[in-house]
Amino acid sequence: MPKVEVPEGVWLRCDGCSQMIFKKVLEENLRVCPLCGHHYRVDARTRAMQLCDTDTFEEFNAELVSTDPLEWTDSKAYTERQEEARKRTGLTEAVITGKAYIKGRPAILAVMDPFFIMGSMGAVVGEKVTAAIERATDDSLPVVIVTCSGGARMQEGLVSLMQMAKTSAAIARHDDAKGLYITVLTDPTTAGVAASFASLGDIALAEPKAMIGFAGPRVIWNTVKTELPEGFQTAEFMLEHGYVDRIVPRSELRNEIARIIDYCGR
Amino acid sequence: MSKQTSGSNGSNGTGGNGGYLEFERPLARLEKQIEELEATQAASGRDHSATIKTVRAELARERQALYSSLDAWETVQMARHPKRPLVPDYLRLMVRDFAELHGDRNFRDDRAIITGLGRIGNHKAMFIGHNKGKDTKERLENCFGMAHPEGYRKALAKMKLAEKFNLPVVCLIDTAGAFPGIGAEERGISTAIAVNLMEMARLRVPVICAVIGEGGSGGALGIGVGDRVAVLEHAYYSVISPEGCAAILWKSAEHAKTAANALRFTAKQLKKLDLVDDVLPEPMGGAHRDPAAAADTLKNYIVDNLTHLKRCKIETVLQRRYDRVRNLGSFFTAPAATSAKTTVAKPRAAAKAGGRRKTQSVVVDKA
Repeated sequence: MPKVEVPEGVWLRCDGCSQMIFKKVLEENLRVCPLCGHHYRVDARTRAMQLCDTDTFEEFNAELVSTDPLEWTDSKAYTERQEEARKRTGLTEAVITGKAYIKGRPAILAVMDPFFIMGSMGAVVGEKVTAAIERATDDSLPVVIVTCSGGARMQEGLVSLMQMAKTSAAIARHDDAKGLYITVLTDPTTAGVAASFASLGDIALAEPKAMIGFAGPRVIWNTVKTELPEGFQTAEFMLEHGYVDRIVPRSELRNEIARIIDYCGR
Repeated sequence: MSKQTSGSNGSNGTGGNGGYLEFERPLARLEKQIEELEATQAASGRDHSATIKTVRAELARERQALYSSLDAWETVQMARHPKRPLVPDYLRLMVRDFAELHGDRNFRDDRAIITGLGRIGNHKAMFIGHNKGKDTKERLENCFGMAHPEGYRKALAKMKLAEKFNLPVVCLIDTAGAFPGIGAEERGISTAIAVNLMEMARLRVPVICAVIGEGGSGGALGIGVGDRVAVLEHAYYSVISPEGCAAILWKSAEHAKTAANALRFTAKQLKKLDLVDDVLPEPMGGAHRDPAAAADTLKNYIVDNLTHLKRCKIETVLQRRYDRVRNLGSFFTAPAATSAKTTVAKPRAAAKAGGRRKTQSVVVDKA
């Protein structure tokens, strides 16, 4: 899909409908195309701002960074890749966690960032998500996680895979304590994150057309060598097959979360 | 024990080059030499015993050197060796009175995961493991041990059954990964694995896991959360296949060897990173050279740990299981100033020296 930008970057051509849209209008509309409703990806800070009551987000563990346990280098050293991601996003890692108020209701919130190494989960993401869930359990608060991830972070090897077990164990305890856990599945939620905490919500919300799935479409195609069905691995596909409770447009997310907390929270 | 059988290995491997991997060629040459010497000795009646003895000693030295220092890619070859014992072999060799139980009570019986009751040592237990299949027909039926959602749900159903009747669970892992297919996605492969991770963390009976061959990503972890996790010496356990990793990060599957080495997924390396509890030694030359000995080691490991775990209160077991998984791969640090330069710390330094605990206490202070 060609994205033509006018030099000043004032306009852009929508990935969804190919119409020209005003960038400012897009931002004001929560990064949803006002013409076709295409949901653009949102960075973690903006998302938190969209969901929380003004100035209520109180961040946990903001300073945690990976120690590069594998001393990894592919085309680039992992440390360098992290450094670049930090500069580009202004974040230290691919998730931010904290306590916040959503329409006046206190909750623990975790928001993943698609622009920080694909929102991938390594030791830090695992730790921050786990600590957030534990905090929610301890304080009897609902936990809301906005997922957005390419999966486990390869550069941390099996360390990353183990974060799936770690986060899921924390959810087991939150569940035992009858705590509420709401997931908001956004584009993309795949692989190791999909196969752990993202799929364990008591209530699973998803944004329209978000890609949600385990294996990458190319991997599947290489295995089965048949055409993948229309709309395969989208939020709508997941709803149809019974893995998502509700598809919620971005403008309604705050209301929906508050509403569910009223029904299920304590 | 392994020494005895390694003598007969020569004859095992003599059916052409079958059974030898690329890096085992030097051994094959020596073994062949011994055979030839023995043959001429028998035929001519001349005494070659001194030479044979020398060659045998060299063979033993070479073997020792080779197998104690396999690199990651060689380990992958061993883990995928066509003759490597599979879960049904281990069940046959170490479990008595195995009663297979089929089906997930919901969709179908996924042959990629085999489940059933059996006796090991003095213990009764539920056994769960991947089944790659022994021949082409079985491999196709079993999707080469790559399970669908119903496989993980079958495993969970049997774990719940075990929990109800207070039987410990033993999981044997050997898979390239969960099956990447349309049906798997339609039936919620992500959810199936995720639910297993959550439920295994709180299953109220002891759980012991062992990676016996390939530990492929989420498909392995889906039956891999427990009180003890062991990896056989020449098995590997990875977040992604070396080929997959190479395709993504090196833009070509041909860099699989490079990726394998980068991923640090051999048993020894994982133990060093504290990601697994134990490395189980294999017979010289790998489990396929002496399946009975390999099964014996695994059996002793399982029996000893079950004996120990069954002595503990289940609350204690569960707390320790949580703490174990909670601390897996805690390779992070919180530099006082968020200056991005301070990120690199040596893994051992972080893991040892109470580095973990320290970072944990940092976790709470921001509240």
